[in-house]
Amino acid sequence: MVKNVMLYRKLKNTYFWFMVIGFTLFTFIPLFLILKHTFTMGWNELSIDFIFNTPKPVGEYGGGMSHAIIGSLIIISLAVVVSIPAGIITGTFLSEFPKSKVSSILRTFIGILSGTPSIVIGIFAYVIMVVPLKSFSAWAGSLALSLVILPIVTRSTEEVLKLVPITIREAGLALGFTRIKIFYYLLIKGNRRALSTGVILAISRSMGETAPLLFTAFGNVYLSYKLSGPMATLPVQIFNYASSPHLEWQRQAWTGAMVLIMIIFSINVLSKLILSSSERRM
Amino acid sequence: MKITKSVLESLLKLLLLPYLSAYFSFSSDSLCLTNLYAETVTINGAGASFPYPVYTKWFSEYQKEALNVKFNYQPIGSSGGVRQLFSQTVDFAASDVLVSDKEIASKNLGWNILQIPTVLGSVVVVYNLSGFNLKIDGNVLAQIFKGKISKWNDPQIASLNHELKLPNKEILVIHRSDGSGTTEIFTSYLSIVNQEWKRAPGSGKALSWPTGIGAKGNDGISTMIKQTPGSIGYVEYAFAINNNLPMVAIKNVSGKFIIPSINSMIKAASALKNISEINIQKMNADKMNLLNASGDETYPITSFTYLIIPIKKQDEKENQIKKFVKWALSIKGQNMTSSLNYAPLPAELSKKIIDGI
Amino acid sequence: MLLCQQNLAKKLLMVFKMKLTAKLEERLGISLMYIVVLSIIILIFVMFILLFKMSWPAITKFGFHFITSKEWNPVKEQFGAWPFLYGTIITSILSLMIALPFGVSSAIFITEIGPKKLRIFLGTSIDLIASIPSIIFGMWGLFYLVPFIRETLTPLLKNSIGFLPFFQGPSFGISLLAASLILSIMIIPIISSLCRELFLSVPVTYKEAALALGATPFEKIKLAVLAPSITGIVGAAGLALARALGETMAVVMVIGNSPHVSLSLLSPGATMASILANEYAEAGADLHLASLCYMATLLFIVTMLVNSISRFIIKYFKPKAFRGL
Repeated sequence: MVKNVMLYRKLKNTYFWFMVIGFTLFTFIPLFLILKHTFTMGWNELSIDFIFNTPKPVGEYGGGMSHAIIGSLIIISLAVVVSIPAGIITGTFLSEFPKSKVSSILRTFIGILSGTPSIVIGIFAYVIMVVPLKSFSAWAGSLALSLVILPIVTRSTEEVLKLVPITIREAGLALGFTRIKIFYYLLIKGNRRALSTGVILAISRSMGETAPLLFTAFGNVYLSYKLSGPMATLPVQIFNYASSPHLEWQRQAWTGAMVLIMIIFSINVLSKLILSSSERRM
Repeated sequence: MKITKSVLESLLKLLLLPYLSAYFSFSSDSLCLTNLYAETVTINGAGASFPYPVYTKWFSEYQKEALNVKFNYQPIGSSGGVRQLFSQTVDFAASDVLVSDKEIASKNLGWNILQIPTVLGSVVVVYNLSGFNLKIDGNVLAQIFKGKISKWNDPQIASLNHELKLPNKEILVIHRSDGSGTTEIFTSYLSIVNQEWKRAPGSGKALSWPTGIGAKGNDGISTMIKQTPGSIGYVEYAFAINNNLPMVAIKNVSGKFIIPSINSMIKAASALKNISEINIQKMNADKMNLLNASGDETYPITSFTYLIIPIKKQDEKENQIKKFVKWALSIKGQNMTSSLNYAPLPAELSKKIIDGI
Repeated sequence: MLLCQQNLAKKLLMVFKMKLTAKLEERLGISLMYIVVLSIIILIFVMFILLFKMSWPAITKFGFHFITSKEWNPVKEQFGAWPFLYGTIITSILSLMIALPFGVSSAIFITEIGPKKLRIFLGTSIDLIASIPSIIFGMWGLFYLVPFIRETLTPLLKNSIGFLPFFQGPSFGISLLAASLILSIMIIPIISSLCRELFLSVPVTYKEAALALGATPFEKIKLAVLAPSITGIVGAAGLALARALGETMAVVMVIGNSPHVSLSLLSPGATMASILANEYAEAGADLHLASLCYMATLLFIVTMLVNSISRFIIKYFKPKAFRGL
């Protein structure tokens, strides 16, 4: 009897092992396929011209997407500067004051915002920033992207902070910290690596969003640093080129996609490196 | 630890580079001595994706002559462009279909618009049936897209293609999933040649398609047609040419089956009657309609695409746009169209517009 | 507060001849938090109101009938949201059902079973999926997934479980199934990364206790890792579901935007987000635009419902989870 149960448990264990490893392997397959497809389609057009030149019309050689690369970086930096601190503060608020009325309203609203299609966020930013000022702008694009980043950072911060044992907070109080000091030094700084996972996820997602930028940052054929005017971004430029009939523009679209993935990937890797080395310091 | 800090610092400096170079203005304008003292005017426009390639070419060539003017055009769609124009967020718009007087009046703008045809294009029917050169007339086409004719070897198709042995295969209709001026032009044609289509589903940028699956954009339809044997769909002429998709020869009003080409588009435009009577200030959709145009060599689904300019305050931007339009409609500009798979306007029409602006 | 903020506060307070006491610091800090939080609430509220205002012409014309009406005809100006509600719910739930095992398994593998040295590499690789822009997913879907479904997956499904009503009818690749598969690929990294954090923060003592009682590795993971994290997993699933509900660009290219309700997953369909993306730019008539905005408002409400349901599940599961221990 006992032997049977043991066998049964061992079998369950082996079955579970195979399932987990199988599922994990399968998880990597689409990643591999998509990257392979993007890089094989996009590798040919990658050149110094592509990174440093602005677009040229069909039939002319040497066009590039430098204006879109710089535009994307500018708009993302503006969005990140506002939304990451706001998101972390909101997430901290939700986890530290879970019972207050403001919290429940906030949780509902953040939930709604996280489920909003990115195009609706774009429409909203269009209505409150573009129409009154009568101009497309990088500011409006950053507003739209901030709204995309905010719920992701908030939710992940809340989840991470909920896992911190209450003893940590109590230790802080015992040492005479004010709650604010506890939040900042113990909770946020103390869980940097875990929080950054959510932050990087949010930044990666927003860099690849097209719909919110179509009606806010609009797009530009030229390299422009003017924040109050239309600015080119990689996703929009890729979208425009991919929908065109001309093969050279379609190839450039794939190259743009490849460059975009490489930029996002480097942000991912760099942040992990910086954080892991600073953790070793601690 | 020290290494990390310096890495961080250098990264930050790298990120600041865009802002710094903005301050020192590395744009090519400032390096060009001839217009050191001239102000660069940037003119923004939005609209149809159909003329995007030719407008890009025109703006680039025009800038070589008029150094201070920069045109920025984004292909967000015909209705989108017109809406932006009415909200005054862009300086001009481009649309595949004319804006009706009713619509202009309903917006209570306080100013008027000029709608100027710039190039000709056509909507072609493409299919995936290897080795066949199909001939179809408008009526049968409407029935195919309605789902009434569902097999390739249907007698109605066979009667138009005596020499071909058509397979007993299901026709898969592929239409646009997104709203588009191309759809409006195609369905307007179907409404003209088939009364039943006019009643339902009718014509428009987006409609309730009776059958078939939807693909996003001309590129989506091209991809699906290439992948799916037995499929039929409609795209802009440039997509069919660039993707080597076989095009249906459609019967025109004179009874001839015409394969789309630049020449057939030019012939369709030359059928435009009474060019001298066209009022530039108030474009009439019926007068500018080229669908089912008369003539032996005309392709029946040809249409103009329009540039829409606001006439409000006679300021710098409007004058610049008008100057550009005169350049684009001149022989110089129109010569650049065919290499990009568009047809130039009839010379008489261009001359009338240039004189009239 | 931050050191520099503290210094700034001290300088400001010197003007008022006040001391930066702990009480003051706490009050100021928490008020700052409230300001941020309240402005976010106001911003989102404004968004909801604006959307509601934009959809007013459609609400007055169609009312509640909009939710059940099946017809979407821009030419006749008859709009109904039911096919899109159906498509949204089906694709989101299906994608979550597919993504959960993958996400949780990969998290288990990375944190418990897999080699420790590979942890960061594997984790970053899965997060890389999240960095892929949604248009790339759409384009890849159209080029690879759609033919794959049409030529390989459909015969497989029809031969094995083709009797089910979910797999009837012709398959051209562009379908609800394609959209669900792409969505599931996109939300796996969300589930995986959050679950990874959850599993890493389970106290080691739980696992040691399970092993001490003689558990097999599977039982150890089930009792000591999964059970305490169940609320977190539901939270991660909620976040992933929200993402799936709102995903636009990837779905738009592979779903076909067909406003028909069909039980078969192989038929084309539409989601609320996809029709917004497809028709918003070219919606000329005001009623068309208003109907699209009405649909966006409905999506808000659906998201709110989904969130409440997931929070209810968490509350219900909480006592159960500790029973496992």
